[in-house]
Amino acid sequence: MAAVIKESKTDRIFLLFTYLFLAIALLCVLYPLVYIVSASISSPTYVNSGEMWLLPKGITFEGYQRVFENQAIWRGYANTILYTVVGTLVNLLVTIPAAYALSRSDFVGRGFFMGMFLVTMFFGGGLIPTYLLVKELGLINSMWALILPGAASVWNIIVARTFFQSTIPKELQEAAHIDGCTNLRLFWKIVIPLSSPIIAVMALFYGVGHWNSYFNALVYLNDEAKYPLQMVLRQILVLQEMNSSGIGTATSGETAMAMNARADVAALLKYAVIIISTLPIIAIYPFLQRYFVQGVMIGSVKG
Amino acid sequence: MPKPMADTVQIDGVSNSSARSSRHSLRKRISRNWELYLLIAPAFLYFLIFHYGPMYGIQIAFKNFMPARGITESPWVGFDHFIRFFNSYYFWDLIRNTLTISLYQLIVGFPLPILLALAFNEIKNGWFKRTVQTVTYAPHFISVVVMAGIIVTFLSPSTGIIINIIEWLGFTAPNFLTDPAWFKTMYVLSGVWQSTGWGTIIYLAALSAVDPQLHEAAIMDGASRWRRIIHINIPTIIPTITILLILNVGSILGVGFEKILLLQNPLNMSSSDVIDTFVYRTGLLNVQYSFSTAVGLFNSVINAILLIAVNQIARKTSENSLW
Repeated sequence: MAAVIKESKTDRIFLLFTYLFLAIALLCVLYPLVYIVSASISSPTYVNSGEMWLLPKGITFEGYQRVFENQAIWRGYANTILYTVVGTLVNLLVTIPAAYALSRSDFVGRGFFMGMFLVTMFFGGGLIPTYLLVKELGLINSMWALILPGAASVWNIIVARTFFQSTIPKELQEAAHIDGCTNLRLFWKIVIPLSSPIIAVMALFYGVGHWNSYFNALVYLNDEAKYPLQMVLRQILVLQEMNSSGIGTATSGETAMAMNARADVAALLKYAVIIISTLPIIAIYPFLQRYFVQGVMIGSVKG
Repeated sequence: MPKPMADTVQIDGVSNSSARSSRHSLRKRISRNWELYLLIAPAFLYFLIFHYGPMYGIQIAFKNFMPARGITESPWVGFDHFIRFFNSYYFWDLIRNTLTISLYQLIVGFPLPILLALAFNEIKNGWFKRTVQTVTYAPHFISVVVMAGIIVTFLSPSTGIIINIIEWLGFTAPNFLTDPAWFKTMYVLSGVWQSTGWGTIIYLAALSAVDPQLHEAAIMDGASRWRRIIHINIPTIIPTITILLILNVGSILGVGFEKILLLQNPLNMSSSDVIDTFVYRTGLLNVQYSFSTAVGLFNSVINAILLIAVNQIARKTSENSLW
């Protein structure tokens, strides 16, 4: 290893500014996150007046209490868990086998299939024709309307295909063929066990996608009981706020103070609900960040 | 000595035997790998039904679609819907909003991940680097609904923390949520906050391909960090930048409308309505299927043209392009 070369003065200053830049970026991103956590357990009066601006003040768990008492949130949570599990399973069943087939250089027509998939990345039917199709298939207001239209993403197929191409040695497959192993057995007994990393990455990508999605539910679901968590959140976080301009009007019998108290707790509830709904993702994120990043890197290098 | 496998030696799926036997072995190659077709069948069916299927339905943009009659039986009206759209009083507003938001997003949001990635690349791997990366990646995983909720809560008049900070600094805070003048800024800046960290990954991957010997040689020659970044790092990632830029411009009319849909309200509509939200509203809420499909088709076609145009420019001026 070469002797350490003393950094020149300009270089040291430059490095200092780089660290400064990164520190600012860190704070900019970190501050809102910390604030939300603190606000969810702080007294609404302090939060709304701005007295609480970083660390919790007037600790109260009433926000979380309200969240736990809210039936719609629980129903939404249960629905989302169902949609995510089933949806991710469907995603894997469609994506992984296709990616493997496309990775095989002796697969006649792989160019055709790949081309067919790629075109859809740049051109599509559009919102209305897709909606009409889903309606035609009788899927409106069913879980399948949330799962089937997004059963696979071309990007993910490409990432998985790259993985297969670089990880499963051709010699292995040819040896299996010589031994009389059929393609399906090869896939099932050899390829799948070897591909647990990519299955994990795909499950994560698709899973997070399902967990966070709301638009398909907005379009295709009419029954509030079937709403996923994000739809419930939309009602609490976004729609409710738009009505805040109506808070000036008093309902009969309610004092201004009672109304303000109600509004205050409503605000507190929002922070708590943000935390609760993002909790699963927060929980797995630190551990699985590496896999996510790897997945993107594989895809980007090839793509 | 393994027996000669003339018909199984494959290079890129092309057998190296003679023409007649290659036709022969074409059928053989297909039938021998029939199970692979089984494996790709679900994906094939999926794309066929849910991506190419709706393409058949696009024709209603040229028809007066009546659900009772179905697509085939509905009467043709040619370009009537398009003409109606082009002549409408809101046409230019929609185009202006869509383009402005896209360009704003591009100018502010495109360079930042690059700068951040270059910065990450300069510091050694340690707890600081890992912390900053972990933290800046995190907002990417927040759902768009929660993001909108955060925006709405933070900017809420008199109670939002950002409002409080602004007033503490002595200014009067505008009503960000309802003032049309602030919508685009609010939309773009929150998007930057959410996606910059995650966006560095692709550039970091590209930067990892930089030859360390180039840097060593440059150091020997006395080049400062700054110069090394400009002359070594940046040229290495120019291909990546070009590709991403092309993709970005190609989707310029398809602004992230899910978030806009959540943040738009009657008060800021003049600044927040974009083509996609218009399509959603006219098509699904006002049930004007044909008309909104026409608008959507217009959008897709412009996107495709832009994509091809920018790709051609990139191809002519550099060696990097999407195809």
